[in-house]
Formats: sequence, C-alpha cells, structure tokens
Amino acid sequence: MADLLLELFSEEIPARMQARAAADLKKLVTDGLVEAGLTYGGAASFATPRRLCLTIEGLLAQSPDVREERKGPRVGVPEKALQGFLRGVGLTVDQLEIRDDKKGQTYFAVIEKPGRPAGDIITEIIPKVIRNFPWPKSMRWGEGSLRWVRPLHSILCVLSADDGAEVVDFDIDGIEAANLTAGHRFHAPEWFSVNNFDQYRAELKKAYVMLDAQERADHIWEDAKNMAFAQGLEVVEDAGLLAEVAGLVEWPVVLMGDIADDFMELPTEVLQTSMREHQKFFSVRNPKSGRIEKFITVANRETADHGATILAGNQKVLFARLSDAKFFWENDLRVPLADMGAKLENVTFHNKLGTQAERVARIAALAREIADDVDANADMAEDAAKVAKADLMSEMVYEFPELQGVMGKYYAQKAGMDDAIAAACADHYSPLGPSDMVPSEPVTVAVALADKIDTLTGFWAIDEKPTGSKDPFALRRAALGVIQLVLENGVHLFIEEALRLRIQKHIISSILFSDDGKRPVETGEDIRKAKDLLSFFHDRLKVYLRDKGISHDIIDACLAMPNNDDFTLLVNRAEALQAFIKTDDGTNLLQGFKRANNILTQAEAKDRVEYSYGADVKYAETDVEKALFAALATADKAIAPAIKSEDFATAMAAMAGLRAPIDGFFEAVKINADSDIVRRNRLNLLGQIRKTMAQVADFTRIEG
Amino acid sequence: MTSDKPRSFQEIILRLQNYWADHGCAILQPYDMEVGAGTFHPATTLRSLGSKHWAAGYVQPSRRPTDGRYGENPNRLQHYYQYQVIIKPSPPDLQDLYLGSLQAIGIDMDLHDIRFVEDDWESPTLGAWGLGWEVWCDGMEVSQFTYFQQVGGYDCKPVSGELTYGLERLAMYVLGVDHVMDMPFNNPDAPIPLTYGDIFKQTEQEYSRWNFDVADTDTLLQHFKDAEAECARILDAPHIDPKTDRKIIMVHPAYDQCIKASHLFNLLDARGVISVTERQAYIGRVRTLAKLCADAFMQTEAGGAAA
Repeated sequence: MADLLLELFSEEIPARMQARAAADLKKLVTDGLVEAGLTYGGAASFATPRRLCLTIEGLLAQSPDVREERKGPRVGVPEKALQGFLRGVGLTVDQLEIRDDKKGQTYFAVIEKPGRPAGDIITEIIPKVIRNFPWPKSMRWGEGSLRWVRPLHSILCVLSADDGAEVVDFDIDGIEAANLTAGHRFHAPEWFSVNNFDQYRAELKKAYVMLDAQERADHIWEDAKNMAFAQGLEVVEDAGLLAEVAGLVEWPVVLMGDIADDFMELPTEVLQTSMREHQKFFSVRNPKSGRIEKFITVANRETADHGATILAGNQKVLFARLSDAKFFWENDLRVPLADMGAKLENVTFHNKLGTQAERVARIAALAREIADDVDANADMAEDAAKVAKADLMSEMVYEFPELQGVMGKYYAQKAGMDDAIAAACADHYSPLGPSDMVPSEPVTVAVALADKIDTLTGFWAIDEKPTGSKDPFALRRAALGVIQLVLENGVHLFIEEALRLRIQKHIISSILFSDDGKRPVETGEDIRKAKDLLSFFHDRLKVYLRDKGISHDIIDACLAMPNNDDFTLLVNRAEALQAFIKTDDGTNLLQGFKRANNILTQAEAKDRVEYSYGADVKYAETDVEKALFAALATADKAIAPAIKSEDFATAMAAMAGLRAPIDGFFEAVKINADSDIVRRNRLNLLGQIRKTMAQVADFTRIEG
Repeated sequence: MTSDKPRSFQEIILRLQNYWADHGCAILQPYDMEVGAGTFHPATTLRSLGSKHWAAGYVQPSRRPTDGRYGENPNRLQHYYQYQVIIKPSPPDLQDLYLGSLQAIGIDMDLHDIRFVEDDWESPTLGAWGLGWEVWCDGMEVSQFTYFQQVGGYDCKPVSGELTYGLERLAMYVLGVDHVMDMPFNNPDAPIPLTYGDIFKQTEQEYSRWNFDVADTDTLLQHFKDAEAECARILDAPHIDPKTDRKIIMVHPAYDQCIKASHLFNLLDARGVISVTERQAYIGRVRTLAKLCADAFMQTEAGGAAA
C-alpha cells in the first residue's frame, strides 16, 4: 500500500472556483487510478488561493495482473480475416493458441497484461488531468501553450510507503514534478520538501497556511462572532461572502473596524451592498437599533502592529466608497421621483417595443385595468406603476444594479408617497424564481402582474420567444411569476383576452417602431399569438404543479376544460381532482368511466352516431339501471351548481356517489341487449355518465 | 528593501519609472491623446499583438468623464494618471516583480495586506480580454494585473503581462493623504510646494461641468462619425504609397481615430444621451475600428509580419 500526495501550486486561483476545482481534481485523478486498476482506501482534496491539493491513502502499490482471452477466427479462414484479428490484439500468428472449438480448430489470443507500479500509472494520469482540467475559464501565459486558471508554477507529487517516499516523475510544459512546496506568500515564502500528507499539512500550518477551506471559514466566523459579541453587536450572516473570503486568504486574520458617523443616514441595504460588493466586508449590526455600525474584514496575514495599519487602510477605503454612495444618495434625493422617471424616455427598452418610458406607460394602464381583479385601488396601482421603475435612472442603481426596487422604495418614502406605492417599487420585480417571495400587497400585485404581462405579450408580439436554453429576456421566469402571483393570491383573471388585447397593441406599435413600417397586420395574428402565449403559460404551470405533486395527466384533464386561462380555477380543479382520484371511490369511478367510455367509443364508431342524449328511465329494465338513473340525476343536481361556484370538493363528493351505481350497473347489466331500444337506451345512459363527469374534468386524459 | 518613504506624488512616479527602467523596460512617454486608460496607448494595444518581444513602462493621463465629482470626492477624478507596464512574453516572476515595485514606492510588505483578487479584464471597445486580478493593499485596489489573452480579436501569442497602477489612489495611500486634492504633488519642502489640488481642483470643476451639462452633444456625435469614417478611410488606402513607392500601412494614424471615437463615446455617455441599447451599438462601432487596426498592424513589421 502507498499514499499519494499531489499539490498544484499556482498564482492566485479565483475564490469562487476553488471548491469545485478541488472536487474535480479528486474525481478525475481517482477515476483514472481506478480505471487503471489501482484501488485506494480514501482520498481528500483541498484548495487555498495558491494551491490545489489531493491526498490518496491506501493506494495499491501495483495494479493487478490482467489476463484476457480473445476468441479469433477459425483456422483456415482467409488471410485477411486473420490479419485483422492480429492487428486487433497486437500479436503475431505464432503467439496465438489453437484450440478445438465447437466449429473446429480456432485461434485464441491470450493477452497477459502484467500489473504496473503505481508510479508509472500516476505519471500518465496526472499530466492528462492537468491538461484537460475543467476550469470555467483558463489562460495561457508567457510563451507556453499549457492552460491553467492562472500561471502554474510547481507540482509536488510524492508517492510514499512504509519504506520511504519518492517523487513521481513527470514534466508538463517544463514544470517538473518534485517534492517541494512553499508556505505563505509573505510569512514563509521559502520552499521546503515534503514526504507525506500529514507532514505537508503540519508544515504548511507552521508556514502560515491553513490548508482546509472549511477550517479557514470556521476560524473566520468564530473570530468575527466573538469580536462582535464582545461589543454587544452581531455579524450579519452571509454564507456566500464567508466562502468567498475563505478563498482569498491562506492565513485568515479577522479585524473589526468602524463606519464613520457621516454614513449613518444611508439605507442599510446601501451600506451592506457597498461593503459586500466592493470590499468583501461583513456587516456588523447593533441588534437594538438594527443599524449597521461596524464592519469585519479578513486580512491574509499577521503584522507587528496587530493589523492596525491594515485596518486603518480598510477604513479609509470604506470612507471613500461610502462617500461615493452618499454622493449618489444625496444627488438622487434632489431629483423628484417623477423627474427621475421622465429620464426613462431616453432609454430604449427594445427597438421594437419602444422606450422604457413607453413601457412604463403601458404597465401603468394595465395595472389600472387589473387593479379591480386583485382588490387594489386603481388610482394607486396606476400611480405606483408610473414610479416603480424610476429608480433605474438613479445614480445609486446605476452603481449598484442589485439595489433596483429597494432604492425606489426609499425615494418614494422620502417623497412622502403612500406606503403601498413604496412597497410596489421595492417588490414588483418579485417573484424572481420558484422559491422567491411572492408579493401579496394588492397594489404591488397589480404592478408586478402588469409588468410581467407587458413584457411577455411584447416579446410574443415581436416573435422573440425563448428557444431551447436561450431565454435572454427571462420570459420563462416572468410567466412563472405571473402564475405564482395569481395562484398565491387566489386571483381570478381570464387572461387569454387580456393577452390578446395587449399583443394586438404591441404588434401595431412594433410595426410603427421597426424599420419595415409598412407591414400589414395579419388577420388573426393576435389571436394566434395569444393562444401560443397561453400554452406557454400552461407549460410553465405544468412544471410548477408537477413540483407540487400534481401529475401531468391530472393537469391535462383540467386544461381541457373551459376557462383554462383562469389559473386559480384551473389549479383548484386540479388539486381537488388529484385528491379525489387518490381515494378508493375515485380510482374505481375512473375505471368505471373508462369502461363506459370504451364501450361508447366502439359503439359510436360502429353505429356512426353519438350516444349523448335521450336516455329514458322508462326503458330501464333492472333496478341497478334505475339506480344509476337516479344517481346521475342526484349527482347532476349537485355538480352543476358546485362547478359554477368553483366548489370542486363538493363536485368531487357528488361524483363519488356515482361509483357504487356504476359498478353495480356494469356487474348486472349487459349493454348489448337484444332489444335495440334497450341497447340504445343503455348506451345513452353511458353517455349520460360521460356527460355528467365531463362537467368536472376530461377523464379521458387521466391515466390509470 | 526601500524603507524610506516617498514624500510626494511625483516622487512615487519617479520611483516607478526607475524601478521598471532597472528591470529592463523602455520608459515611454504618455500618448498625446485623450484616452480612458493606459491600455489604449498603442504601446499596449498594438504592441501586445504579434510575436515580437516587448517591454515598456509609462505614465498615461486618463480621462473618464462619468467619474467627475467637481473635485469634491476624496479619490474620484475625471482626469487621473495611470502607470502602465507591459511585458511580452509575461515573465514567470511577474508577481514578484510587481511586489518589488510596491516596495520601491515605500509600501512595507510586513505591515500591509496585499491580495490578488480575481478580476477578469475585458475591453469590449478593444475586442480584448485577459485574466488576472485587481491587487488590493489593505482593501484598496491599487493595481490591475492582467495576462492578455486576446486583443483586437487575435489570440495573444506570446501572452503579454500588463500592470496598471492607479497612481493617485496608490500615492494617497502611500503618503497617508485622505483627500486627493491635499496630496503634495512636488516636494513639500520645495520653495513653491504644490498640492494636487493646486494643480487640478479647478480643472476638475471645469471639466465636470462641461462633461455633464455643457458639452454639445450634436457636435460630439458629428465628431464621432467623422473619426469613424476617417479611420476606415485611412485603412482603405492602398498599402503601397504612390509617392515613395513603399509599403506604408497607416495603422497608427488610423488607430488615433479609433481612440478619438472611443473618447467621444465616453463623453456622450457622460452627457447621458446614450441609451442602454444604443450603448452596445456604439461600443460595437468602436470595436470594429479597433479590429480593423489590429488586422492592419498584423501586416506591418512591428506586428511581426515579414518586411
């Protein structure tokens, strides 16, 4: 058994790539070893800003011998066939064995591959892994052709066993594998030799390098928490930032600094964003006031002055950064929100869909129209839509695009606007994905819906639909957003006609905007595109509902029903149906329905009529038949009003009452009676089942 | 290690000049045109193309109209200085050379926290990109460090290493000055000591006003179109000069027009008359010029073509 230690030492690896690179290194090397017959006990990989490291324990010192037999052609076949076989196995005729086989004398090749020392195998595998490493972005340097994430400087590759350690020899573009590594860039830059992983890790620690990213992250978080706690403060959690910062240092030293009083009036989000994005600082909050009062920065070294110079420098940078933020904030506050929004006239949204200002006007009109449907005040919805995107023209959002919306909220508040309007500014972009917060404030819902519907109908009108993986305008997300907003708020919106009207307007104006100016509007283009967009919504809805455990056939059964552009109705129906089908009554009723439907379909095809009307109880010969008539009448009486009031639970319960009579009917009654009148009456009775159940859903689409 | 601290802005520049001269760079002078960054100097853009080895260092006055703050912001300026080093092929010890330059200007490596933080560089206007870092000193970005991978659409072979120092920020840090305008420009003990503000406060105000509110956008637009047309016209000229009967491809005059167009675009941007979609179109137009210049340069001797 042997242990392998590999280190790839380079210039600074981007923090965001380190964890993935360490995992890839482990997988690629161990896969290669196993494929070559070298099994191992355990493996682990690590990354720091300057090194990727892999340690493998309990590796076979040699791969096992392999003996392989291959059956060849019969003796006496044409020379060509024999030569082909010889080429394939890489042997000559005299090396083949001749054996008696069922079909006569046959050539056999016995290929014996003796095991190879681990070192030889590693020598082949590692250069291949390095040359084909899956970095998200890689580069060349100097005059070389090797690609790595940043210039690769040295390779440590040592195979160790009880009787000693040896360097595994190989060379990549002039970099020769050795047993050397160096410590921290400034604390311990000297090179030193290493024989095994334990020694490597321990020596690195002495040389101011914490090898394990998790250890660095834990160290940072513990120190940061303690430092904040000691002053009655708390660090704002930020897992992404912690991982990033742990990837920027080999020897983390946590320092806490002050934010000058000058900046205390800035919104919390501005402080946090500026500190995180620009400086990679953690925010430190006063739990009593909720305000950000200090920051935590992580240095990569110890100093004789215990970080005083470093901290002073960081504070100075922060001062300059926040001065900038303050400059933007104060400038923005000088501009009335409406004036800020007016600048949207100068910004093209899309050359066929006009400027941002035109877009805002459309959204405002639509928000007004749908306000009633979402219980929002129409004037307020329109006003909110008019200012919701004004902050895109603010200096703060120009600098920090991720603050769009949030800044609008602050500027609206400062301008004394209604809270509902300020909330709409902040939240109308939501939801931004399946797990994002879905707004529920009515004015926000109106603006959010109007925004998304305008975008979708606009791009549909100009035929810029998502294709495959390409969705540059995030239209799938917008459609899902509409669905989430509608469903979570229980909104009833007959959307197809709204879509058509919007699309029609977009088509007309896009023709005016675009160069070809004179294209006539095709008849029915709006209807066709609205239907297409509706089916795009339905596709998103299927995905959304599938994630909620509603199966695709249930969704199809409901989509086939009228008013399928009212998503809330659609989902209520689907949920009730799904629940019903899972019950014993539901499962059996479905079977009964299928049986009825099959019989009907066959009979209708044969007789070329539709058995959909005229079943009369007076031709009923048996009690079970009469019972079914009665049950259908009862069910109908209950189902119709229930459907009308969208009480699907009641409708389902009414259908459950059909199960027993239908089962009884099929058990006792022969449909194809001798009397034609009776037969037709029975078929029409089946037609009645189909008709009754069709009020609830299209059961022909349900599997089972 | 140089432990004595410089005392003025110009001393830091002089030390960088000497350091890179000692390390084999040709010390060039600033390019005599308005540019947004030292990278635009033909000593970087054009010379990073082709196979010929190259090493140069220079100061480049740079203009970023949108960064104007009327001289009020402690370290944002619409006109500032960059120190630029370009070495082709990038030497294996470029990081160490760079750190040596920081020591040369008085940054004590034992007290400061120097970090190489990922920052991929891309210049859409030059059709260029590279990988590297921004170098942080105590959280302050003091340099850009880039290994050029492509310029003008061409793969860089060999790869150039480019260092760009933001001189004002770096100097403020080294000199311990909080506001750029307070920074000593010459020796503070000189008979006539001058601060950065003595020299640039007024100009920052003037240019900020002009950049943001006064520059005539119609004129700028016309100049942009003129520069664009002239660049293409220069490069369309036959390679053989009818007067001298020599092959003279006028890459540099054409590239001057490309630089002009780029700066005019920046001015238009500061005036807020370029929309998001138009922006892409303008950048594309400048890139087309840069690409044409790169194509032409590759056909010249300096670009590695046979004479």
